[in-house]
Amino acid sequence: MTKTQSSGWGSRVGLVLAMAGNAVGLGNFLRFPAQAIDNGGGAFIIPYLVCFLLMGIPLLFVEWSMGRFGGRYGQHSTPFIFDAMGKAPYWKYFGVFGIFTNIAVAAFYCYLESWALSWSYYSVAGTFTGMSQAEVQSFFVNYIELGTSHPVIFWIICLFLNTWILSRGLSGGVEKVAKIGMPLLILFGIVLAITGISLQASPGGAINDGIVGLNYLWSPDFSSIWSFKVWVAAAGQIFFTLSLGMGSIHCYASYLKSKEDIALNAMSAGWMNEFVEVVLGSAIIIPISIGYLGIEAVTEMVSGGSGLGIGFAVLPKLFSDWGTFGIFAGVMWFGLLFFAGITSSLAMGTPVMGFLEDNFKIKQSTGAWIFGTIILLLGIPCVLSQDAFNEYDYWAGTIALVIFAMVEIVLFAWVFGMDKGWKEINTGADIKVPGIFRFIIKYVSPIFLIVVFVGAIPSILENATKATSVYGWTARFLLVGLFVLVAILVYIAKKRQGSNPYPESND
Amino acid sequence: MSTSALILIIVTWSSVTFATAYFFYKILTIPSKPEHDSTIEKSEKD
Repeated sequence: MTKTQSSGWGSRVGLVLAMAGNAVGLGNFLRFPAQAIDNGGGAFIIPYLVCFLLMGIPLLFVEWSMGRFGGRYGQHSTPFIFDAMGKAPYWKYFGVFGIFTNIAVAAFYCYLESWALSWSYYSVAGTFTGMSQAEVQSFFVNYIELGTSHPVIFWIICLFLNTWILSRGLSGGVEKVAKIGMPLLILFGIVLAITGISLQASPGGAINDGIVGLNYLWSPDFSSIWSFKVWVAAAGQIFFTLSLGMGSIHCYASYLKSKEDIALNAMSAGWMNEFVEVVLGSAIIIPISIGYLGIEAVTEMVSGGSGLGIGFAVLPKLFSDWGTFGIFAGVMWFGLLFFAGITSSLAMGTPVMGFLEDNFKIKQSTGAWIFGTIILLLGIPCVLSQDAFNEYDYWAGTIALVIFAMVEIVLFAWVFGMDKGWKEINTGADIKVPGIFRFIIKYVSPIFLIVVFVGAIPSILENATKATSVYGWTARFLLVGLFVLVAILVYIAKKRQGSNPYPESND
Repeated sequence: MSTSALILIIVTWSSVTFATAYFFYKILTIPSKPEHDSTIEKSEKD
């Protein structure tokens, strides 16, 4: 009983752009430069690139391979991709993370995405024109504290857009958006990067050249390389930026044909994300903000490593000082963030739709509306409270990723077996994958992930026992409820399957 | 700009840009494989 794929990708370029779009998110432009400044400046790139080579690329190969393997058995979500690869009955319950994380992250991520959409609108409407820096800051605070109905309106529009695009399927919706959104994002990024780097100090304008900010961001503090905290930050950034440990890569790859290349596709999508993050991401926000505000003010603002404050509360004012070009710059910056966001949130919906279609025969369009409804309900606490937002971000957007990645690499390299796994990676490959990656996937990446997880245990315990508000507790309750609900659905789906749904994988 | 920052920028940006362009160029130029999907074939046999 081998099943056929219900839909697929229209073109290879579309798949690579969608995968890159899945990876490229708001963090590429906001979080990366903030993390670099917080963790040794230019020296941060060393642990960052080491983590990319030892953990990022191997996990990309693993997740793409697992996805294509599952697709061969008509499975497009991780519970039953894991089930097809591991013989023990419990693997599918680890795969629940690949549904749970996508739903929980989408619940708060779509809200962030709606900020970029609304700020694009405000840029076109000239809302920030004539405002002082304090007024823009106050506008931002008033917005996130729901002093106006706009956050809710833009959030609903954003949810509707996501759901509608998802309901049009992979090639008809997601791929089309990626083919338009990714080139535009890169174009906007290049224009803004050139503007940032070529910024000139002038009386009444910028106080520093753009190069000063670039120099500050890239000046290395090599002593930071010996800090465990810096390595954890670099590993976290690689996870975050490549969308690893979520289950969305598996889902996209599961729609590949069984002999189609994954090695070159994975490398192309992964490196495209790195270009957007390391080249464009480091050349916009920091050079422009240091140009106008100076090093001390910007260092204080990015402390903590999110960059959200500068992105939404500072840049609009700076753009408004640029006259007519400022309107275009605002539209490009927030349009870029919106495209980065929506190509990622769309990827979060597809595993849920795939799971419902594969196991409960629910059409993709119906699945998309179910996903949209769940995101709406789960997102309400995030809109109402920063505490709920933080809980979702920490438990689903950070810890669940590490657990899932640790489990999947053990399953792939040690349970499924590296012989079969290596063959899977190389089947149909358009490039020769260096043999060293076989060793890295089997030994280095699992150890690396286990060390990161063990290193995070004190923080997990601290956060689990930390007092929080009613909204924070509501978020925790909803997250546990969501995980249990998905696990129950997996149990029911398994009961509905035949006795041997994966005849070839169990031989 | 300090020499160390300049060296890091040049090395990192050029390597990342080269790798991105190289792999995407290969995506654009390698011809697609003929349509042959064992999954679908098996499904048809079922």
